[in-house]
Amino acid sequence: MSALETFLNTDSKSMESILDVKQLTMDFGGLRALDHLDLTVARDEIVALIGPNGAGKTTFFNCITGIYNPTGGDVLISPPGKMSGQRINGIKPNHVTERGMARTFQNIRLFQNMTVLENVMIGRHCRCKSGIAGAIFRPPSTRREEKQIVEDSYEVLEKIGLTQFVNELAKNLPYGAQRRLEIARALATDPFLLLLDEPAAGMNPQETLELDELIVRIRDQEKVSILLIEHDMKLVMSLSDRIYVMDYGKRIAEGTPEEIKNNPVVIKAYLGEDIDA
Amino acid sequence: MIKLDEIKQSILVSLWFMVLTFPIMVIRVNPIQKEIVWRWHNLLLVGISTFLLSFLWRHMIRRKELGRKKAEAGENGDTSLLQRIAENRRVYVPVVAGVLVIAIIFPFVFGLYQINIMISALMFVVLGLGLNIVIGLAGLLDLGYVAFYAVGAYCYALLNYHFGLSFWLALPLGGLLAAIFGIILGFPVLRLRGDYLAIVTLGFGEIIRMILENWNEFSFGPSGIANIPRPSFFGIDFTVHSATQFMYLLVLALTVFTVFMVNRLQNSRIGRAWIALREDEVACQAMGIDKTRTKLTAFALGATWAGMVGVIFAAKTTFVNPASFTIWESIFILCVVVLGGMGSIVGVIFGGLVLILLPEYLRAFSEYRMCVFGAVLVIMMVFRPGGLIQMPRRTYKFKSESPGDTSHQVATEGGQADFARS
Repeated sequence: MSALETFLNTDSKSMESILDVKQLTMDFGGLRALDHLDLTVARDEIVALIGPNGAGKTTFFNCITGIYNPTGGDVLISPPGKMSGQRINGIKPNHVTERGMARTFQNIRLFQNMTVLENVMIGRHCRCKSGIAGAIFRPPSTRREEKQIVEDSYEVLEKIGLTQFVNELAKNLPYGAQRRLEIARALATDPFLLLLDEPAAGMNPQETLELDELIVRIRDQEKVSILLIEHDMKLVMSLSDRIYVMDYGKRIAEGTPEEIKNNPVVIKAYLGEDIDA
Repeated sequence: MIKLDEIKQSILVSLWFMVLTFPIMVIRVNPIQKEIVWRWHNLLLVGISTFLLSFLWRHMIRRKELGRKKAEAGENGDTSLLQRIAENRRVYVPVVAGVLVIAIIFPFVFGLYQINIMISALMFVVLGLGLNIVIGLAGLLDLGYVAFYAVGAYCYALLNYHFGLSFWLALPLGGLLAAIFGIILGFPVLRLRGDYLAIVTLGFGEIIRMILENWNEFSFGPSGIANIPRPSFFGIDFTVHSATQFMYLLVLALTVFTVFMVNRLQNSRIGRAWIALREDEVACQAMGIDKTRTKLTAFALGATWAGMVGVIFAAKTTFVNPASFTIWESIFILCVVVLGGMGSIVGVIFGGLVLILLPEYLRAFSEYRMCVFGAVLVIMMVFRPGGLIQMPRRTYKFKSESPGDTSHQVATEGGQADFARS
């Protein structure tokens, strides 16, 4: 795509897109898990990706965060204030995070035997740079950096509301708090886009409500866009600006919550086809 | 409180043991006089002792369960004396200083034999601390650690033989070479974890030993290299006794240096990355940590200490051959780390001292030495699976909190809140 076209493209849209996935395809042997998928996320947007089990949602996440190397297509990111249209497919997960896309996992993957604060401090890792020499000699710059890491991490915990657990081991946290800690850890990497893989899975209605509010707050206060996979339709409908629906690796619908609710294709995918008597 | 059920169980256990040991403990055949001696009193002895032991065992298990329940309930009554010492600067500074003074005086008080034992104990402490980086912190099960030890030892032996390189030059060089070997091993095993990694590293250790054993032109094969000079010290001529004393002080200095370095590394950005890598590799990488670099630094830094101790080993024994670098040594160092407490520096020091000194002082019962050794390992794993001294939880201080020990307060409150919810 030429620079002019890119310019025209971003100009024609009302909002600038920060994630542009084009014709993303992923094959596992003979199985096509993702089939020419298109998806965009604009700045300050909350986008949901839904679909029946096995539709390829988590595979999609793994492809755009570098855990899998997609077979075909492009993943382009345009971090605000930086060069737009960076192609990131095939690069390592840690570089994806460094460029500003942080994720959480469907099955919680915290560092169980580290404290809550240390978990978040790991999130700050890629924004700091003291090396072996720094660790051994502890020059003032390293000390300052360490102190800054602790302060920043504590600040993130304050925002997410986990300060009462700060020195607790991650594995001893109640379930809902563990989910929130994962979000805190991802947020500590200073992302422009947060990818949440089923953040409400296993939560009770009260916790889901708190999560809803938390996600909106992250978007509004931290200016972080959000792309989430979720099965809880009530949460998805109330939260998202736009929704993508997937089935069998293909995109079958896209639109606002209202449009998706009334889309016959979506209803068919979820409830199955009517059998004519 | 003794329950009937437990007595029944213990009787069953002792009966079972009596049956099991019957052929060896009771029957004795004398083939010359063609007669059989029935030693029934042995049966009784086995029965009673297993009954009592089984009782003791049950009692200990019950106490352990009780302790765990208490810990779960958030009552932090389990903080050991050591933990409390470690937390208070005013206490641990004099304690550490005292230990150091005793350690320095040691060679001038005790005889040659004691000093030699202590030297090998301290060498294993350093080896354990090095392996602790790889296993305890980064969670990479390395069973070929002895290979780096061999690299260090042969580095000094060969360079000295061919080029007359001095000990003081060989010491850093051995460490450096071992680190390079660590990276060489690290590259192919980057994708491996757990048991697969263990097998590959085991193979690596054996490869190094095989090369040393069979490449005669290079390493002089199984006959090894002799007459390696002891370390010099500004040209002073040592007697055997003073040379040993000097060697002891040297190893002690290396130990202190290692403790200092490992402690700093552990409490740094890199140390945190290692622990995160141990906890969850996928999440670690997704949080922006370069997995490749983190693993390689762990391998390289771990190997460095083995290389340096290898140089010291060569200088101490003045002779190296491949027989000193068998898989058994690797396992032994692994035992030091696991028994002492993975990831805990004080634990590894204790582990090393216990594992070396115990067999030495048990020489009186040398026939049962390995038996006691095995029993200690089993008992340890049942009652303290985390090692003798477990890794302390690190707490940090924040600006936003009022000064004083509030961070601790927060932790306990959190624990109780957690308990109330679950």
